[in-house]
Amino acid sequence: MANQVYLSMKFLEFFGSYLLFLRACFRLPDKGKMFRRSLLAEVYKMGNDSFAIVSIISIFIGAVAVIQFGSQLIGSLVPMTILGRIVRDANILEFSPTITALVMAGKIGSNIASEIGTMKVSEQIDALEIMGLNSANYVGLPKILAALFAIPALVTYSMFLSNLGGAISCYFTNMVTVDIYIAGLRESFDGFYVTHALTKAFTSAFLISSISAYHGYQTEGGALEVGAASTKAVVQSCIAIIFFDYILTQLMLYK
Amino acid sequence: MIEIGSIVKEFNGKRVLDQISAEFEPSKCSFVIGASGGGKSVLMKCMVGLLTPESGSISFNNRDFLQLDYQAKKDLRQEIGMLFQGGALFDSLSVEDNVAFPLQMFTQKTKEEILERVNFCLQRVKLENVNKLFPSNISGGMKKRVGIARAIALNPKYLFCDEPNSGLDPITSRVIDELILEITQEYKITTIINSHDIKSVFDMGDHIVFIYQGKALWEGNKSFLGKSGCKELDDFIKASEFGR
Repeated sequence: MANQVYLSMKFLEFFGSYLLFLRACFRLPDKGKMFRRSLLAEVYKMGNDSFAIVSIISIFIGAVAVIQFGSQLIGSLVPMTILGRIVRDANILEFSPTITALVMAGKIGSNIASEIGTMKVSEQIDALEIMGLNSANYVGLPKILAALFAIPALVTYSMFLSNLGGAISCYFTNMVTVDIYIAGLRESFDGFYVTHALTKAFTSAFLISSISAYHGYQTEGGALEVGAASTKAVVQSCIAIIFFDYILTQLMLYK
Repeated sequence: MIEIGSIVKEFNGKRVLDQISAEFEPSKCSFVIGASGGGKSVLMKCMVGLLTPESGSISFNNRDFLQLDYQAKKDLRQEIGMLFQGGALFDSLSVEDNVAFPLQMFTQKTKEEILERVNFCLQRVKLENVNKLFPSNISGGMKKRVGIARAIALNPKYLFCDEPNSGLDPITSRVIDELILEITQEYKITTIINSHDIKSVFDMGDHIVFIYQGKALWEGNKSFLGKSGCKELDDFIKASEFGR
């Protein structure tokens, strides 16, 4: 019981401190021009650096999904166009938004936490404070907003590529013809699924960037603590992504 | 002028600064000296607003820093320059951009005017042809000089230097000391230096505050440093490289 109370208190302490960090972040930037420059640089860095990994993962997710679902459908009486529908919906609803977000938590999240953490331990954050700047806003806000642009864009790109990966898999395995697969992709498309996926993408983007920026900003000590902050950022981001994935799916799809 | 009155700072109930009072005048290099863990850095962090003391006052030309509102504190901070122990240069920015940073953030100067001021500040600290280099490409002494250039970019009234000689060879230390002294006198800045380097203190200490276990035990200038009558200070000087 005492342990549960202690853990609850620790969580409340963390959550309160996280909210205070967000309050400091979400203020008007000290200089708009510098903020815009910093935001564009972050969007470019996040998008460009993650482009290759998202491409590879998405193509293989789609390809594997076709083989796994297809192998269960072969020999059944179900029309094979269903394969395209199943793979499309699985990609759009779950694989692209969730797996891309988890990969981004590892890549962008650790990068944000270690970058801000290093600034903290090498007194660069103190230097910003002494100049009279809101350091949380200066280092945190461009990264959070950049993630809100970059991650949904990467998820949208991943949706397209994973379905393309399915087509490539059909071509090489001959499980179904590419034409049948594409006909399945076009069948009974529900646009709300994309809305759902993008809602998850925006939520994940916010969670990854804000949790990672928070842990970086709280770093005290040296190189070891920067590493620990980076690990914490990735682990907590992943847990938050999965938790909100469940909540959003229940809220938006369960009728 | 900076006046601090009865500053008390505690961490987890442990008193780190105990009723410290002092006055620091413009155009003078004031030193805060003492052993590691004695409270020098905490005092400096309180003075620049990185830490808030439990009680006491910190006044910059009769403006009590602890009583100012957010905007007034922000305005006052633009009059403060600080040289950090490790330089605290922004890794992602070139030397030129590091020095230009406060100018870009707080002035309406054009690109050309900013570049002109950056070049002036870099020349003032005797650095040339390093504009496009990054902090990782320059030596420790150069980092300190870039730090000074950045600190003076906005023409500060107050300059805080945290261990400006740490990690530097004696010749580079001398160069940094001379730069700080020249800049202090030339621009009539109130300079406060945290240091262990007794040689620098004897060379430049117009005003010295000795802190021991969170208390200001002695205050005076370099002429009286050897005959302070304070046992802890005498021991500190004797133990230093200079006193050996």
